Amino acid sequence: MRRQEWLSILAQASPKAVADAVRTVTPQPSYKLLRAPESGMIMLRGRAGGSGRRFNLGEATLTRCSVKVDGGSIGHGYVLGRSPQHAEQIALLDALLQDPSHHQDLWDAVIAPLAKARAAEKDSKARKTAATKVDFFTMVRGESE
Amino acid sequence: MYVAVKGGEQAIDNAHRLLAEERRGNPEQQEISVAQISGQLALAVDRVMAEGSLYDRELAALAIKQARGDMIEAIFLLRAYRTTLPRFGYSEPLRSDRMQVRRRVSATFKDLPGGQLLGPTFDYTHRLLDMTLLDDGEPSAQPAAERVGESSDGPLPRVVDLLNDEGLIETETPADERDVGDLTRESLTFPAGRDLRLQNLARADEGFLLGLGYSTQRGYGNNHPFAGEIRMGEVAVEFVPEELGFPIEIGEITVTECQMINQFQGSEQAPPQFTRGYGLVFGQSERKAMSMALVDRALRASELGEEAENPAQDEEFVLYHSDNVQATGFVEHLKLPHYVDFQSELTVLRRLRADFETASGPVPEAAE
Repeated sequence: MRRQEWLSILAQASPKAVADAVRTVTPQPSYKLLRAPESGMIMLRGRAGGSGRRFNLGEATLTRCSVKVDGGSIGHGYVLGRSPQHAEQIALLDALLQDPSHHQDLWDAVIAPLAKARAAEKDSKARKTAATKVDFFTMVRGESE
Repeated sequence: MYVAVKGGEQAIDNAHRLLAEERRGNPEQQEISVAQISGQLALAVDRVMAEGSLYDRELAALAIKQARGDMIEAIFLLRAYRTTLPRFGYSEPLRSDRMQVRRRVSATFKDLPGGQLLGPTFDYTHRLLDMTLLDDGEPSAQPAAERVGESSDGPLPRVVDLLNDEGLIETETPADERDVGDLTRESLTFPAGRDLRLQNLARADEGFLLGLGYSTQRGYGNNHPFAGEIRMGEVAVEFVPEELGFPIEIGEITVTECQMINQFQGSEQAPPQFTRGYGLVFGQSERKAMSMALVDRALRASELGEEAENPAQDEEFVLYHSDNVQATGFVEHLKLPHYVDFQSELTVLRRLRADFETASGPVPEAAE
């Protein structure tokens, strides 16, 4: 599902990258807030042993927002942290991305580059981690003759 | 019992002004920023998030700054802040098997698929003070090395799931039909389920858990632990908003997970096998995750038909004393005015003393 994908990519991107992306939309869309940005918490869950019974691990801050683009769709923004502007801009882009007349442009100009940047960042992290991989070798004990 | 007393407003006001001045420290030094605390005292921030039970780096760093580095005070501040926020819902259970791993070691299997990844660890450092850090200079160390070609990016399966063909290690099953207890919403009752125990341990005081975990190793409830796997890295947080009806990733958090494997002789119900203890903690904190796993396993004593005769196996003892905000509240309340209480104790004591003297003659003077 592409909506799931773009919402995830936008939430994982830096607030600045999302703000820059919104600025490129022409003409600037007019919209109204269905639900103004609001910060709260989400209870994060784990599983015993990683795969067993669920338990409540602890909370995290979360900001959400919903908008309606004039003459267009409703969009929702959810992002970890206390970041009202980020949540609002995700909601706006979510609404615009559902609009066939904006979708492909936004996907190419915003979502694809953000996804690429994130992949590059993860890759760099993975390479640094991989450099700390232990290469075992067997110590030969000298008594075998 | 302590009682409200009036007066002292001016003194309190001045004490807080003095506190603010001391917090700031020498005004000739640059003030430390919350971003600096978050970036350079990252493990302190991790601890405050874990025990404050709220994942928010900026708020935890702010709490450390405001508390002048007093960790329990900072944890208290974060706990107090979280009571002001509404809860929007519950995440999907975190998938530690899909973690972007930045550290992963096993003390039980040398050649595990994906390898042993040391990551950013204090292990193998010489614990010598690095005097070059005194000089505010840029670190002389080289930037982190990168290994090109071979990436560890793909998800690394959990060791305990991977190397269990013979079924010698106990397996964990989801049991999602069971409700998930929440000790922030209802008070603890005993026996507590493993869900409540793990929630309690995840936010428990690191020092308390470390001491209890250590006690199990020293013979107070020994269960012969092996560190099956310790991993640290980033996991995505998935949430299903009501209006969408499907899960979306709303960000990622850093966690440390420990799978402890323990000897088990078997009981009438269960064959001899390795049993497991589990630790999962916000941020990078191996010590806490390992201690949690030791204590989790110790608390499973009655479930596994073991004698529970040591402190770490005593559910009420552990769960009632593990929370450092509760503990500090009760210990520190002793400094509040107990004047009336103490006066009545004095009166009683004087009467007892008079009775004693009537019965046995005068009390001898204290030795010279």
